[in-house]
Amino acid sequence: MPVFYTIEDLLRKANEGSCTISDIVVEYEMKNSDLTREEVYQRMANNLKVMKEAAEKGMQQTEPTQSGMISDEAFRMAKVIREGRSLAGGVISIALAKALAVSTVNATMGKIVAGPTAGSCGIVPGGLLAVAEVKGLNDDEIIRGLLTAAGLGLVVARQATLSGAAGGCQAECGVGTGMAAGGIVEMMGGTPEQVIAAFALALKNMLGLVCDPVAGLVEVPCVKRNALSASHAISSAELALAGIGSVIPADEVISAMNEIGDALPRTLKETSLGGLANTETGKRIAEKFLGSMKIR
Amino acid sequence: MEKLSIFEVMGPIMIGPSSSHTAGAVRIGNLARKLLNEEPKEMKIYFYGSFAETFKGHGTDIAVVGGLLGYRLDDERIRTSLESAANKDIHVEFHRFEAPNAHPNTIKIELTRADDSTLQVIGSSVGGGEIVITKIDRFKVNLTGKYPTIWILHLDKPGVIAKVTSTLALNGVNIAFMEVFREDRGALSSMVVQTDQNVPAEVIREVNSFIGVKICRFIEPI
Repeated sequence: MPVFYTIEDLLRKANEGSCTISDIVVEYEMKNSDLTREEVYQRMANNLKVMKEAAEKGMQQTEPTQSGMISDEAFRMAKVIREGRSLAGGVISIALAKALAVSTVNATMGKIVAGPTAGSCGIVPGGLLAVAEVKGLNDDEIIRGLLTAAGLGLVVARQATLSGAAGGCQAECGVGTGMAAGGIVEMMGGTPEQVIAAFALALKNMLGLVCDPVAGLVEVPCVKRNALSASHAISSAELALAGIGSVIPADEVISAMNEIGDALPRTLKETSLGGLANTETGKRIAEKFLGSMKIR
Repeated sequence: MEKLSIFEVMGPIMIGPSSSHTAGAVRIGNLARKLLNEEPKEMKIYFYGSFAETFKGHGTDIAVVGGLLGYRLDDERIRTSLESAANKDIHVEFHRFEAPNAHPNTIKIELTRADDSTLQVIGSSVGGGEIVITKIDRFKVNLTGKYPTIWILHLDKPGVIAKVTSTLALNGVNIAFMEVFREDRGALSSMVVQTDQNVPAEVIREVNSFIGVKICRFIEPI
């Protein structure tokens, strides 16, 4: 059985079989869930469909959330691209727009794929769909990227955590960024080593990220953090595809994330007692919003 | 946290914004609805802990009512569940409650059937959209909705449990977890059996017909 517990396992099995990381992930899932190859692809294709719909829908939305903190950010970014006024241009600006869009759909109770979590749901589609659009990749290639991303996330779920309450935002947006970076490299035809390097580079740079959402909502800083993380995933993939590796191996980066998560105080792990949630403005928004929603 | 399928990491497809505060609440509602086994005419929902403070912003209220109406995690009708309940003349109330030592994200649901009988369910959203139902009426349970589950109310007397387990065995159903809870000797007791296979309707009917079994419900994984 092609079990993998570590990133090193994934890499070794891919090299032994002269195949890609996504091949190993598919083999694993077929055995684990008793599915055929086609069924695994079909389930991931369903995820892709929901991601595309959310990215499209979010760019057209302008109505504010109940708290008023999030409204037309994705719409604005899409408009800048449409009008050719983007500073970064190309894949980065599209990734920003798509990640904002998916996260906005999430914040407004729309349909998304929680990957790795609902709060970090914009990063993988933002990064992968932007690269696919600019590079003209087809759905099968995106699905291979999603499978790779899912396999990388699975290792973290087993070895550490994907919960902001347990490990801070590094465990949600940090891991999501690593997953997206690895998925992008696979889509671009990078080697298994480059996939792993992209994952490690991305996650390393997100270590220590705290979960401090204003008023406990999945809005600030979450929505814009998803956008910036998607751009970060593309940058990490770019480095890895250039042959730049991570000095610290991916599995050790995951261990470091776990250690850092344990060391973070409770106030910075989804309790909304510290950080941005505890700023003057954060507290004012929370008081106003939660005050208006009280029940007896 | 032991994740086994890649679709637990890249998924589920769900209505946002929060796996614990939205998806988990839908699942608790789904399970309560399956235990009730009909559309309730009244839903009283009590929030404890973090749910009581932030339920509005995460749509926890909308999510749990959606779950009680039978909508799945990814059903966009969840967004308008309060309106749907009102259109169906279902009376919905929200309250706070205190539950010392409970998980911070806990919901108590009191449902009333058409014949005025009631069902009370307490459940917690324990992270990542995963849930655990801890109480059904006065019976303590530990029900996650991950496995096909049979919930039985039965008389605490010799042979009832054996009859249930042998019937399952004869029908090729393997028991993964099983839990029996009683308050008093010889009184009505609760049995939760989580299995590896779906249990055919005729098996549930057969168990329902046993002397000493008051209620037998089958709950598909959610």
